[in-house]
Amino acid sequence: MKMTGAKILIEALKKEGVEVIFGYPGGSVLPIFDVLYDSDIKFILTRHEQGAAHAADGYARATGKVGVCVATSGPGATNLVTGLATANMDSVPIVAITGQVKTFLIGNDAFQEADVTGITRPISKHNYLVKDVNDLATVIKNSFHIASTGRPGVVVVDLPVDVQIHEADFHSPEKVDIRGYKPTCKGHIGQIKRAKKLIAQSQKPVLYVGGGVIISGASDKLFEFVKKTEIPVTTTLLGLGAFPGTHKLSLGMLGMHGTAYANHAIQESDLIIAVGARFDDRVTGKIDEFAPNAKIIHIDIDPCAISKNVKVDVPIVGDANSVLQEFVKDIKKPNISKWLKQVEEWKKKYPLIYKKDSRLRPQYVIEEIYRITKGEAIITTEVGQNQMWAAQFYKYDKPRQLISSGGLGTMGYGFPAAIGAQIGCPKKVVFDIAGDGSIQMNIQELATAVLNKIPVKIAILNNGYLGMVRQWQELFYKKRYSYTKLEPCPDFVKVAEAYGAVGIRITKKADVTKAIKDALKINKPVFMDFHVEPEENVFPMVPAGQAINKMIGALA
Amino acid sequence: MKKTIAVLVENHFGVLSHVSGLFSARGFNIDSLAVGETEDPTVSRMTIVVDGDEKTLEQVKKQLNRLIDVIKVIDLTEEDFIDRELVLIKVGVNSKNRSEILQISDTFQAKIVDVKTDSAAIELTGDQNKIKSFIEILKPFGITEIVRTGRIAMGRK
Repeated sequence: MKMTGAKILIEALKKEGVEVIFGYPGGSVLPIFDVLYDSDIKFILTRHEQGAAHAADGYARATGKVGVCVATSGPGATNLVTGLATANMDSVPIVAITGQVKTFLIGNDAFQEADVTGITRPISKHNYLVKDVNDLATVIKNSFHIASTGRPGVVVVDLPVDVQIHEADFHSPEKVDIRGYKPTCKGHIGQIKRAKKLIAQSQKPVLYVGGGVIISGASDKLFEFVKKTEIPVTTTLLGLGAFPGTHKLSLGMLGMHGTAYANHAIQESDLIIAVGARFDDRVTGKIDEFAPNAKIIHIDIDPCAISKNVKVDVPIVGDANSVLQEFVKDIKKPNISKWLKQVEEWKKKYPLIYKKDSRLRPQYVIEEIYRITKGEAIITTEVGQNQMWAAQFYKYDKPRQLISSGGLGTMGYGFPAAIGAQIGCPKKVVFDIAGDGSIQMNIQELATAVLNKIPVKIAILNNGYLGMVRQWQELFYKKRYSYTKLEPCPDFVKVAEAYGAVGIRITKKADVTKAIKDALKINKPVFMDFHVEPEENVFPMVPAGQAINKMIGALA
Repeated sequence: MKKTIAVLVENHFGVLSHVSGLFSARGFNIDSLAVGETEDPTVSRMTIVVDGDEKTLEQVKKQLNRLIDVIKVIDLTEEDFIDRELVLIKVGVNSKNRSEILQISDTFQAKIVDVKTDSAAIELTGDQNKIKSFIEILKPFGITEIVRTGRIAMGRK
């Protein structure tokens, strides 16, 4: 039976199990929207295409499924770009469908035309421009395969409007066969043996765990490995939740705003076992002085991540889950009781701290959210101080609990991502930890949340500043606060009310607990405007370009 | 350090931009890039000469392999290979030096493909050393234009 390209697209998406699409209509996607009008796929109309991309991203991170977003040609597609770059950098599986001008107009500078495959090439895992409707079903099948396997990422399908109208038979291939794409999943047995030998001999080993463990669903295997070896675990920002944050062997996050004990442990270690992490500059600090005495075992599915930033002694290309499965088999426990004592001492000596006085401090807000949600909420963050405090003061015990733009560091990410996460996990409590700067970057999504009855809670840590930039100006630019003061901020309570949401303003420490409890009782989106200490800083901090044990603001 | 890499890619539009875009985005230096269809019409072959240190070149190979449309990356520098490049050189000619230029071209088995009263266009095929020395020898006569195809190469196995 012949059907239009638009119909083929939706049928192909259904075949991939797509339940929800985030997006925004426009001239070059009219045929697709006409099919969506009476389709049983849920469609979430955001108020900006960037919101759609972030919401698809939040949905994907919270559920592990592929997120799908749709936008029209030209500005619709370019508005997606920041969201797609955010997702791709953090290895989040997304298939983005963009409308394109008619095939014969491509290259003519037609109305709302942009070279979308050209623009998205460096920020996607792969992209397609579909010029023949007969290719469409296969392209969609391949796109989902590419987006979700290997190191996941973004696939963009650019679909000219005439191809959406042309008719063809719907044939979706049963199997995907792309000759240039065969990700390595199983680790090399010889290398795994070498790694195990190093582990057995090590005296000061540390596990350095990244988002790859969460993506591959390897948390249980990691836990089993730690149980058998008692090797302490530090994680990257995206790795938080891969190992229980409340476990005695958890060192929390490492790097620029990591815990002092994690950074000391890394610097003093004689063996680093990196799993699904990529030695990002925010983690390593000054690369020449990073873990000077450590041998490095690096497990990653992406061969490009290995030996890119640091020289690796035992590279293992493979899926974290499959490799850790080999690791737990008859692993010898290293003799590290002295090392564990040392780590324990650091933990006692350099805890994460902030001033506990009567003032309303942002760290306290997060601790209270943690306490009241019993550590079970999904937390999304914006970017900056709010993000780092959310990483430091909420303890994540489960994977997919923290949803944050790590690689790209995109302000305006957290709110739409929270909407996506809540749609994916309707029974969970979802909190967006925001700043007064970031929240204003996608504040229009209040309309999306209200209209779709998405009860996300937004905790705005309102300090009247672009806090993290201000912190750098304070510490490194002689307190010359150049364009980082955001006051006067809008009245966030009134903004929330104007959209039909609920707003609560909190100016006193004593009111924090009640406000959070009240917000959780409201089955609507709630803006919580916490007027926190304006010049609170995120500590400890490794100044840019320093070794990661050269921290300031730690009790050292 | 220079490396010659052969890359087998899907033969459809957009692939070249994926490959060249990768080089610019990652800051890799391309010395030359030549591309054409292979014995299998669905596959194109690129010969890329890159310049960089060992670590960069390792990344180049890995990043190329990561592209979906790249079927195979062959590092020719690791094996025995033959390479050729074709170059067209326009050189100033007058009655005094004409025979000398002809003689040099003859020695290099180069072809004179066009002659005017004051210039000649010479075609030469060869490996890098041959082309380099030919250009050096012609320089004193006044080279006005050089056009090169870029290196193509194939393993001997």
